[in-house]
Amino acid sequence: MGLLRKIFGASAGSVQELPMGSVTVNAQGEIVTTTVSSGYSRSLLTDIGREVLVIFREAKQAQLPLAEISINFASLRVTARELRGGAIIFLLPQSSLMPSLKK
Amino acid sequence: MAAQHKILIVDDDADWLDVCREMLSHLPTKPEIRTAGAGARAISMLDSQPFRLLICDLKMPKMDGLQVLSIVKRRFPDLRTVVLTALEDEEFRSRAYSLGVDLFWLKPDMQQNTKMFLDCVESLLGSEKNSGFRGIQSKSLMDIIQLECMSRNSTMLRITRGPLVAKIWIQDGELLDAEVGNVRGEAAFHKILAWKSGTFENLPAEPLRERTIQRSINALLLETAQSIDETTEPAQTEFIERADHRKTVWRLALLAAEGAEFVITVPPEGQGKSEAWGTPNAEQFAIWTRRAGEAIKRLSDRIEAGPLAFIAGGSMERRLIMLIREQKTFLVAWPTEIAEGELLEKTKKLVASWDS
Repeated sequence: MGLLRKIFGASAGSVQELPMGSVTVNAQGEIVTTTVSSGYSRSLLTDIGREVLVIFREAKQAQLPLAEISINFASLRVTARELRGGAIIFLLPQSSLMPSLKK
Repeated sequence: MAAQHKILIVDDDADWLDVCREMLSHLPTKPEIRTAGAGARAISMLDSQPFRLLICDLKMPKMDGLQVLSIVKRRFPDLRTVVLTALEDEEFRSRAYSLGVDLFWLKPDMQQNTKMFLDCVESLLGSEKNSGFRGIQSKSLMDIIQLECMSRNSTMLRITRGPLVAKIWIQDGELLDAEVGNVRGEAAFHKILAWKSGTFENLPAEPLRERTIQRSINALLLETAQSIDETTEPAQTEFIERADHRKTVWRLALLAAEGAEFVITVPPEGQGKSEAWGTPNAEQFAIWTRRAGEAIKRLSDRIEAGPLAFIAGGSMERRLIMLIREQKTFLVAWPTEIAEGELLEKTKKLVASWDS
């Protein structure tokens, strides 16, 4: 019994889940609403919101105001629209064979 | 009598496998055609019996074509490989070629140009020759063209460098034509020969191609070699200045030809200064490019979503594409009239040509 527990009881390494859904953040970077699973770390969503706002604000300061941005990682697309100082952010996990922006 | 070669086709679409089997059965050497509905099945078939050629789809469940090819190229280095896919994306093409694939063909093209496809497959089967060299390393394009011409060959060389595609037509060892983008003839030939790297494939000759190059191959190669020597002479400031001037003119012309509004290039922090073409706000835009890059790097570290492919942005005035390359980040602005679907490919093409 003890032997079986040793074999099967060990905790397996976990893979970080990618977020899917939308997040609305206000101008202070606080999450207002979200449809992302509650199982996904809230602090990670806040970080995503904060970095997106940094990109929008820096763009405005550089006289390059943007209404939307899309950050395309190999396995996640982050699309954000500027919303009166805040932003609505869409998170969409990507498969390597999904159609690209081209179509 | 020559041994009958075997071809293995992998595709998850059973109807397509039937179409391919029927089509390939018309090859002059009458190869034996076997099929597999999944990558794992194909690999086990390759393990159990020798095949000459593998024709592989890309989009398959569980194990996709690129995974199959990377395993196959490692385990069966002598196996010739063809990608046959409906995915019309230059990125997949370059990824497939970087795995050492012999031929990349789109399914719709195959249906339209069946004869050419069959010719290519037949030549890959190498019906009579089991020996010889495949692939040429450490040889310039100039060497390859010289070899083709000296052997009095007839072929069409298709050369790919990132998203750029060029073609050179050779008939009985004579240059007929060259084409890259909208440029044809000698000008295209010189442009292609300036490329330092890329991949090439020999396609069947097109003897009816209109002849635009009249001068001899030796004269053209000599002229190109001289011009390359001149631009790489490091000791003379005058040459460097002239090359810089030419580079600026080339880049501005490229910007105008592609229809981009401006381009900013930003090297990593402390590794040189940023450069801009087509905008007076270079410094501000470069600062934003760098800061946005840093923000995305932080994001990437935090969410572990794999490498960054590109960043797109837009406003009422313009659309932006940011591509982060090893040596510098490119920020390219496009007018809003350009279709969104074309932006990424156009940006990749412009970036690939930027340092030509």
